[in-house]
Amino acid sequence: MLKKYLLIWITIISSFIFVVKLATLQLSRDSFFNSDFAIQEISIYPERGLIFDRNGELLVANQPMYDLIIIPENTVKFDTVELSKLIEVELTELKKRISNSVNYSTKIPSVIKTQISKEENAFLQERIWLYDGFYLRKNSVRDYIKPYASNVIGYTGEVSQNEINAEEYYEKGEMIGKQGIEKYYENELRGVKGKKYFQKDRFNRVIGPYNNSEEDIDPIKAENITLTIDIKLQEYAESLLKNKKGGVVVIEPSSGEILTLVSSPTYESNQFIGKGRTGNFQKLLNDSINRPLFDRSLQAQYSPGSPMKILNALIGLQEEVIDENTTFTCNAGHYYAKNAFMGCHNKFGTVSDLRKGIYNSCNTYFAKTYKMILDKYDTPSEGLDKWANHMKSFGLGDYLGYDLFIGKKGFIPESNYYNKFYGDNRWGSSTTISNSIGQGEILTTPIQMANFASAIANRGFYFKPHFLKKINNELALDNNKISTSIDKENFEIVIGGMVDVVDKGTARIAKINGINVAGKTGTVENFILIENEKKQLTDHSTFIAFAPAENPEIVVSVFIENGYWGSRWAAPIASLIIEKYLTDNIQRKWLENRMINGSLQSEYEKPYKNNSFTINE
Amino acid sequence: MNSFNILKYDLISLFSYIILVTFGIINIYSSSYNESFTSIFDYSTIVGKQIIFLVISLVTFIIIIFTKNKFFDSIAPILYFISIALLLSLFIFGVERGGAKSWYLIGPISFQPTELAKLSTALFLAKFLSIIQTDLNKSRDIFIVGIIILTPIALITFQPDPGSALVFLAFIFPVLREGLDLRFFYFGLIIFSTLILTLIFDFTVSSIILFAIFIIIYMYNQRNRFKISVLKYFLPFIILISVSFSTNYLFENVLEQRHRDRINLIIGKEVDDRGIGYNTNQSKIAISNGGLFGAGFLEGTQTKGNFVPRQHTDYIFSTIGEEWGFVGTLFTILFFTLLITRISIRAEKQVNHFKRIYCNCFASLLFIHFFINIGMAIGLVPSIGIPLPYISYGGSSLLIFSVMFFIYLNIDSSRLKED
Repeated sequence: MLKKYLLIWITIISSFIFVVKLATLQLSRDSFFNSDFAIQEISIYPERGLIFDRNGELLVANQPMYDLIIIPENTVKFDTVELSKLIEVELTELKKRISNSVNYSTKIPSVIKTQISKEENAFLQERIWLYDGFYLRKNSVRDYIKPYASNVIGYTGEVSQNEINAEEYYEKGEMIGKQGIEKYYENELRGVKGKKYFQKDRFNRVIGPYNNSEEDIDPIKAENITLTIDIKLQEYAESLLKNKKGGVVVIEPSSGEILTLVSSPTYESNQFIGKGRTGNFQKLLNDSINRPLFDRSLQAQYSPGSPMKILNALIGLQEEVIDENTTFTCNAGHYYAKNAFMGCHNKFGTVSDLRKGIYNSCNTYFAKTYKMILDKYDTPSEGLDKWANHMKSFGLGDYLGYDLFIGKKGFIPESNYYNKFYGDNRWGSSTTISNSIGQGEILTTPIQMANFASAIANRGFYFKPHFLKKINNELALDNNKISTSIDKENFEIVIGGMVDVVDKGTARIAKINGINVAGKTGTVENFILIENEKKQLTDHSTFIAFAPAENPEIVVSVFIENGYWGSRWAAPIASLIIEKYLTDNIQRKWLENRMINGSLQSEYEKPYKNNSFTINE
Repeated sequence: MNSFNILKYDLISLFSYIILVTFGIINIYSSSYNESFTSIFDYSTIVGKQIIFLVISLVTFIIIIFTKNKFFDSIAPILYFISIALLLSLFIFGVERGGAKSWYLIGPISFQPTELAKLSTALFLAKFLSIIQTDLNKSRDIFIVGIIILTPIALITFQPDPGSALVFLAFIFPVLREGLDLRFFYFGLIIFSTLILTLIFDFTVSSIILFAIFIIIYMYNQRNRFKISVLKYFLPFIILISVSFSTNYLFENVLEQRHRDRINLIIGKEVDDRGIGYNTNQSKIAISNGGLFGAGFLEGTQTKGNFVPRQHTDYIFSTIGEEWGFVGTLFTILFFTLLITRISIRAEKQVNHFKRIYCNCFASLLFIHFFINIGMAIGLVPSIGIPLPYISYGGSSLLIFSVMFFIYLNIDSSRLKED
């Protein structure tokens, strides 16, 4: 019996196995293969959006570059050594890339070398035909036309694996904004890529559109962006900061638009394009002394120094512990507690009212004011928190919410900070007296300084600082008006003092003919740890200003590291920027030359050269 | 000559045949389709050629249907020797295609005598086994049967076309059916298992496994007090060890790398979807692409792109899978199963030995093609280049399988009376 029906049984069993196997192959959706090698999907990239400055000057465009592509299946034996010399890729690296692409797929094109310039392309085109399976494919990369504002504009680069994992839009080899505006407005600048589908044959040749192009997706055009940056002013400010470390922030107070944001030393966006980009990036990254990738205007947290006195004056007025006519006597300083003396550069026996206190930057005056603010309340905690809330209403101690991804919060100490340190209320106004003159625990970034100067210039409010002016010629209105906790009339008093600072006070060098400048200098003590030893370095030079004082059009904050006193570097630089912006003409050529040519390099080298060095010379 | 009465023929099988052939033409059309296509009767196109062979086949239908079935009995030896002669003279006059000298070129028509050998061996085997004196318990007759089957196998293997030669192993079914001791079959199975064992592991490991198995059997028998001499364990053990050893040797030294690769792929020792496993892999991609209902006629992307090599011939099943989906593949398998089992079942009703054996030979041939071809397309069997009867492109194959089917129809229609 078995023999008779052997064939029948075997046929039925085989058919059954086949059907089961076919069911697993054909009926489970994520079954065997997801990708259909017969359809070639080609991404159509819209050209990346252009970037303009506020006056319509083109800052960032695109330029053609070429990628060297390999289709491993089409190659014939070739001399890798010769190819490596030809395309200037290390032999081992070249071999690695080729084997990677072979492992990826022998049929799908892979990139062997990216960003080959037009010139190199012209040279290669004549030779690459000798290598079957290789060809050059046109691509588009960024062209940073102006070598300025790189810290704002940022740069693009090839998308990393992490970025691909984070957002599935991206595929290997695509470009993405890595830093600055390029990163923040990535979605607007890149547009949305489209897709074209082609039917291929097994030789990887396209034999026509797939399904009559019905599945194709049109790309969505990228958007052009106009920045609030004034590239001419930016260029000028960058030239003033040559050979100095620090930052400059210029804001239009009536809108919060950032006209200029300088960080020095900096990089150029073009360093991230073309041949040397990897090396350049490493070099920039490894420069731990100059830290060119670190944006000092947004990320550097300094003690603010004397400009903080303006805010203390405003808080004093608001809390009604002082008024315009309150006077304090300074004896080249004062004892703020038993055996605790705070020095001041004002002479013994100077009697100052508020305006004089401001323009002479009297430490004693503001220390006493600060004391009165805190002592007004029952506990120092209550007083300090009141004070801190006023400070925070100026945007201090938190991110400002501008449209770049980098930044620091700064720090405004509150009661819980000292309570933790000293115990509940076992401290007082004297313990925290340094806050009054912008030393101590307070930390601010240059953009925060510019922002509170902007609030003063506006007499009580500020607009969130931002870089975006227009998207595709449509004004990106940002009416984010934020009020401070200080009444309007109090501002007029301190602004009077700030005008005096430039007129007859600490920053007379910042005076501009015909323009009323209001400002405040700062000379910031700072320390560094060298071999676990706290060392004092030359003071930072800082200055905030706005002009014209009556109806401000521009606010400037300048911070020069180790520049010594405020009017030595920061005030002249701010003043030149104001003059440039308001008059477009510099009358004080000598001052301009001194600033442009002045260098602080020797000052910066001091702590690296030997252990004993003199400061503030 | 009798008056023609359609009802006496096996209409269900005839229906299956027509369905399969039509479906074949459709899929050949699709897998060789391109936009610049002119007429389907154009001889220069693949599908045109296939249709011409179909027409020729239908002509043979008329002839065969009206032939007295005694004729097949008597022509069998002559046809067999002609086939052998044709296979032999291939070495001189044959034309090489795809690495094997297995074609005759006569004008525009090329012919593969291997296909004819399938028919003639089936007929001759049926003839020999149906001789009343033949006794498959006699070693002489077993030897002659071996010669009949192994001669074409040897000749075809040396073309070299080992895939087609393998097909002749199908005749083991009718030979078993006609009385060959089943122990031959079991012994074959054990040897085959040993072979696979050796390929998956290696000689040393296989020997250890075999040794362990024999020890276990020995101990089992000891416990149950079966008295069997040690020699009876020892002899089969030695035989299997030597099979394992020679498999190892053959595999490493006689087979070419491509054969080794194909075998390794199937037994799972190697995974390579882009190189040696490309055919099978592409075929699987195409088939799985089809889903339940398939991409539709002429819509298969893998098919259009010619991704599956030899798609209109050996891998036609992948076109069916992609364009007609699970429904199409199920349909194809069901019709083949129907045809094979029906022929086999009806063969058993034959009183005439020759007719029964022939029908069984034919069913076995169909089965082995069906099994290897579809098994290969879905990756269950090593890549062996043989066509799917009635469906694959190939004039010789279509013609010969049609003739075999018509002979079956003829024989079957007269099963109750000898004429």
